[in-house]
Amino acid sequence: MEKVEIKQENLVYAKPRLIKDNVMHYCPGCSHGTLHKLVAEVIDELGMEDKTIAVSPVGCSVFAYNYIDVDWIQAAHGRALACATAAKRLHPESLVFTYQGDGDMSAIGTAETIHAAARGENVVAIYVNNAIYGMTGGQMAPTTLLGMKTATTPYGRDPRLNGYPYKIAEMMAHLDGVSYVTRQSVHTPANVRKTKKALEKAFKNSLNKGGFSLVEVVATCNSGWKQTPVASNEWLEQNMLPFYPLGDIKDTIK
Amino acid sequence: MKGNEVIAHAAIHCGCDGYFGYPITPQSEVMETLMEEKPWETTGMVVLQAESETASINMVYGGACTGKRVMTSSSSPGVSLMSEGMSYLAGAELPCVIVNCQRGGPGLGTIQPSQGDYFQACKGGAHGDFHLIVLAPNSVQEMYDHVGMAFDLAFKYRNPAMILADGAIGQMMEKVVFGPQKPRRTDEQLAKEEPWAATGKGADGKGRKKGNIITSLELKSEVMEVINQRLQAKYRAMEENEVLYEAIECDDADYVIVAFGSSARICSATVEMARAEGIKLGLLRPITLYPFPTKVIADLAKRVKGFLSVELNAGQMVEDVRLAVNGAVPVEHYGRQGGMIFGPEEILEALKKKLIK
Ligand SMILES: Cc1ncc(C[n+]2csc(CCOP(=O)(O)OP(=O)(O)O)c2C)c(N)n1
Ligand SMILES: [Mg+2]
Repeated sequence: MEKVEIKQENLVYAKPRLIKDNVMHYCPGCSHGTLHKLVAEVIDELGMEDKTIAVSPVGCSVFAYNYIDVDWIQAAHGRALACATAAKRLHPESLVFTYQGDGDMSAIGTAETIHAAARGENVVAIYVNNAIYGMTGGQMAPTTLLGMKTATTPYGRDPRLNGYPYKIAEMMAHLDGVSYVTRQSVHTPANVRKTKKALEKAFKNSLNKGGFSLVEVVATCNSGWKQTPVASNEWLEQNMLPFYPLGDIKDTIK
Repeated sequence: MKGNEVIAHAAIHCGCDGYFGYPITPQSEVMETLMEEKPWETTGMVVLQAESETASINMVYGGACTGKRVMTSSSSPGVSLMSEGMSYLAGAELPCVIVNCQRGGPGLGTIQPSQGDYFQACKGGAHGDFHLIVLAPNSVQEMYDHVGMAFDLAFKYRNPAMILADGAIGQMMEKVVFGPQKPRRTDEQLAKEEPWAATGKGADGKGRKKGNIITSLELKSEVMEVINQRLQAKYRAMEENEVLYEAIECDDADYVIVAFGSSARICSATVEMARAEGIKLGLLRPITLYPFPTKVIADLAKRVKGFLSVELNAGQMVEDVRLAVNGAVPVEHYGRQGGMIFGPEEILEALKKKLIK
């Protein structure tokens, strides 16, 4: 590709410094790309590039290590917060965060998640809730809405057959070790800015050893939802947000 | 001191950075001793009681990713929960120490000693082509010594190492001689000695250009095959360089017992009894179960009349003895299960019946 020079005065947007040049494997329209950008910006702005240990478990974002240029630990499915616990306790001055999907955190990794939170580990969990198992081809997740069609609920999620979706963020807010729980999204520019603020707050809280923070991001998976990117954003607003309302759920940061 | 207590002291003394565990009989004294010793106030070692063995092994994985000397301990059912983590540790080429103070199985089984996890420990014990380094202590002193040895081997090969003990050695009280207190590595030393580790890009004081990535994931088959070849080359190097064993009265032996850990202690009495009766019996005790003393056994097979593999299981190590002997002479097995332990006479009987006839 031909390199285009942009004059400094015309520059309104730049790729964050910590985002690598690798071509992203995410589907066009997926929320992961936007969120990666925010995470990279916040690490850089906090001056934590050299002191970050990030953890990516299994899910579409397992390859986050190919895109954000910090030190990464790739964890087994669901085990990110156990890994992060040890990394942070052994490197207490580092910024340690996990970047997990909804299947990872609220299905296979529920135990590791709840207990890291209950212990009040000084880490941040970024929780990308797209109500589906994106990576494995769109199966039901614990977060899948009632009636929602997925590869394993082809007739729609039926509570008698598949149980009910649940909100792990609200559950975690009850734990004494947890000081900050917020739910955000990146489907509009205004929401993108709010999510960035939330990430900043959570990262600072962990650096101040203020306890566990959870930043949930309600996300689209247009491939899994079998919709266009634009339609996915609308579907998110109409269906996801009524069940997963945005805003702070707990904030006891001093 | 008890074998399990000694593991805790050895961990502190050899400069271990972190221990993560979950209670289970017969090894709970490891974490109990650590909590009583409070090493976080002296050496700065982290000790954490996890919510499960799945969590402990993944804490070990997380700590190992950052280059720290980390370990866990458990007993058979708990080690089964760790198998996923052990495969990831081997796949990502990470050093750590895992202690299995075996009890009888399968299932919840019994809390009495057993050697039923030989296959699990020595044949990978989880998905994928991999090996743990496996050490088999037969005394409280070796419980102590093997902790430092296991860490050294684990870091030399960047591979998880297991101490395969059992309830008998874990609970047994014996005199032990402690080594000196080694300091824990500073973060500067760590950054220099483990440049691969995910410590944060600035750990070396200069700031690495690129982030370190610790992963066992590789979707390109042609690259994944190369990674596998690298692992196999490492295992071959271990087989070449790290085999440890003890040979008792093997030089003129007509028959040789092969036994490890607590079984080997009992078998040494059998050797004495046999010799008193004029039977030329020797004992070969593998100290490393992986790498296995294959060559030594193959050499012995050229001049002895038969081997008896004596194990607290239904016959697991005997398969490796047979592979080593390769049909040259008869190889039999004698074992007890379910937490039952044999006596030396019983073993001599078995030897006579199965081999001498
Ligand atoms: C132990 C184990 N079980 C199952 C899988 C297969 N698997 C890979 S990703 C995934 C689901 C991930 O979904 P989620 O966490 O919601 O992330 P997303 O891909 O949606 O971002 C599953 C089940 C695995 N890798 N490991
Ligand atoms: Mg998902």
